[in-house]
Amino acid sequence: MSLAPSQPIRPPIPPSTGPAIRTRRKLGNRVNKPYPGWFYAPAAVIYGVLFIAPTLASFYFAFTRWSFAETEFVGFDNFVTFFTEPRLFKGFTNTFIYAVLTSGAKVVLGLLLAIVLTSGIFARGYLRAVIFFPVLVSTVGVGITFKILLDPFDGLVNKALAVIGIQGPGWLTDPSLALLSIAAVDVWKGIGLATLIYIAGIVAIPNEYFEAAKVDGASAWAVFRHITVPMVRPAMITVIILSLIGGLRTFDLIWAMTGGGPGFASDVIASTIYKQYAAGFYGLSTAGNVVLFLVVTAAVLPLYLFLNRKSKDL
Amino acid sequence: MKAERTRNLIWGIVAIIGSVVIFLIPFAFILTTAFKTQQESSLLEFSWPTEFAFLDNLVTVLQTRDYVVVRAFINSTVVTVVSVTIMVVLAAMVGWVLQRRQSRWNGLINFAVLAGLIVPPAVVPTIFVMQELGIFRTLHGLILIEVAFGLSFCILLFRAFAASVPRELDEAALIDGAGPLRLFFQVAFPLLRSVIVTVIVVQSVAVFNDFANPLYFAPGDENVTVQLTLYNFQSQFQTSWNLLFTDILLITIPPLIMYIFFNRQIVAGMTSGAVKG
Repeated sequence: MSLAPSQPIRPPIPPSTGPAIRTRRKLGNRVNKPYPGWFYAPAAVIYGVLFIAPTLASFYFAFTRWSFAETEFVGFDNFVTFFTEPRLFKGFTNTFIYAVLTSGAKVVLGLLLAIVLTSGIFARGYLRAVIFFPVLVSTVGVGITFKILLDPFDGLVNKALAVIGIQGPGWLTDPSLALLSIAAVDVWKGIGLATLIYIAGIVAIPNEYFEAAKVDGASAWAVFRHITVPMVRPAMITVIILSLIGGLRTFDLIWAMTGGGPGFASDVIASTIYKQYAAGFYGLSTAGNVVLFLVVTAAVLPLYLFLNRKSKDL
Repeated sequence: MKAERTRNLIWGIVAIIGSVVIFLIPFAFILTTAFKTQQESSLLEFSWPTEFAFLDNLVTVLQTRDYVVVRAFINSTVVTVVSVTIMVVLAAMVGWVLQRRQSRWNGLINFAVLAGLIVPPAVVPTIFVMQELGIFRTLHGLILIEVAFGLSFCILLFRAFAASVPRELDEAALIDGAGPLRLFFQVAFPLLRSVIVTVIVVQSVAVFNDFANPLYFAPGDENVTVQLTLYNFQSQFQTSWNLLFTDILLITIPPLIMYIFFNRQIVAGMTSGAVKG
C-alpha cells in the first residue's frame, strides 16, 4: 500500500501574467480534454455520501444526545463521559498499548525475519509462504481458533506447557493478560505482511553495497547497521504506518477473542464504539469515533510527515 | 563456501521446526478437529482423529439453521464479486485521470484518497445516512459500503501504475480519433491488466474476510455473510468443536485458493510502496 506523498507528476506551470493566462487556460483544456473530470464523479458520489459525509457529520453528532429521531445538543458531555468513566477510558489507554506493542513487534521481528529469509537459508520459499498465509485468513477464524488454543484448562498451549511442568496462566481470562495475549495473536497474524514488505525493500538494495562492504571486511552487524537499516527505510516507514493504523483501529480480533472482556479489561476504542452503539448511546458512540479519528490522525500524520521528510534528506 | 551451505541448512531446519510449531500447528489443529466426531473433538486434543467424521460434520454445518452457511456463502460471493467489480472500474477511472490530468484540484483529491486509508469510518452517522437512503440492512448497501471504504487503496495502486503507461499510446489513440471513453476502456484499461488482477485478488480477500462492516451495516439473518455466521456459531456450537472448526475450515478455503493461484499478485499488491517510498 503506497502511503508515500504523490510526487508532482509534472513541474508546475510557470506563473505568467496578462494575456498569457488565456493561452495557458486554453492549453490546459486541450491537454486535459482526453482525461475528463467527470471520470471522478461515480467514485466521488459513493465516497462522498458513504464516507466523507458521515465523517463530517460525526463532528456534529458527537456533541449531541442522539436517537436518529431526535438530537439534543449537549456540548462536551459525551467527551467528558468518555474520559471520566473508567470502562470507556480503559479502552482509550488500551488502544495505545495495543497499537504500540503490535506495531513495535511487527517492525522489529518483521525486519529480522526478512533478513533471515533473504539470506541463503534452506527452504526459504516454504518459510515465506507459511509466515504470510495467516495474513489472508479470516480474522474471526483466527480469533476463535486461538481462543480455544489459549483456553486456560483445555487449551493446547497450556497443555503443552504442562508437559514441561509449567502451569500456564489464563491467557484470555486474566484481566492483566488478556490484551497482551490478543496483541500476540495479532502479531502472529500480521507479521507475514511486515516481513513481506521488508523483503521487497531488501531485495531492492543494489548488491554492490553488500559486495563493497564485504571487500572492506565489514562485520555482519556493520552491514546490518549501516547498509540494511538505512536502505530499507521506505519499507520500514510503510510497516510502521500500516501497523499503527491497523493497531489503533483494531476491532475484529478483540471482538472475536474476548469481546472486550473480562469485564472491560481488553476493550479498545473501536470496541467501545460498537458497545455504545449497541446499547443505544449513539451520541456517545460517535464521540468515541471522533476520539478515534483524532488519535489516529494525531499518531499517523506527524509520523508520516516526519518520516517522509527525513527520507528525502537521505 | 561449504561451511556456509551447511550453516544455511542447519538454520533452515531450525526455522522449519519453528515455523511448524508456531504457524502450522494452529492450522493442523483446525483440520484435525474438523475431522473428528463430536465426542473426540470435545477433548480439544491435538491428535490424529481415530474416526473420520468430516462428511457428517460438513453436512450438519451446512444444514444448521436452515442452510444459513450456504446462504451466507452465496451472499458473501455476491458482495465480493459485485463490490470488487465496481471498485476496480471506478478506481481505475479515478487513478487514470488523477495521474494524467493537470489540475489545481489534484492536491485535494490526493488528500481525500489518503484520508480514506487513515480515517476510521464513523459508524453511527454512516448507519444514519444508510437509513435515510433506505439501504441499511441490505446487501446492496453493504456492497456500496465496501466500495466506499476500499476505493482509496485501489486508486493509489492505479495511479502509481498509470504513470508507467507511456503517454505516446494516448496520443496515438487520440490521433486515431478516440474519445476519452474509448481511450480509457480500449487503450488504458487493457494496459492496466496486471494491476487490475492485483487489485481484484487483494480486495476479494479483504471483502470476503470483512467482519466489522457486515456486523455494523448489514445485521440480521437475511443478509448474513460468512464471517458473521462464523461469529454466531461460536455460541451455537459451544460444545460441538468439530462443527465450529468445520465452519472455520470452510471459510479458510477461498483465501487459500486465492493464495495458491495468485501468490505473485497478492505479494505485489501488498508490498507496493515498500520500495519507492
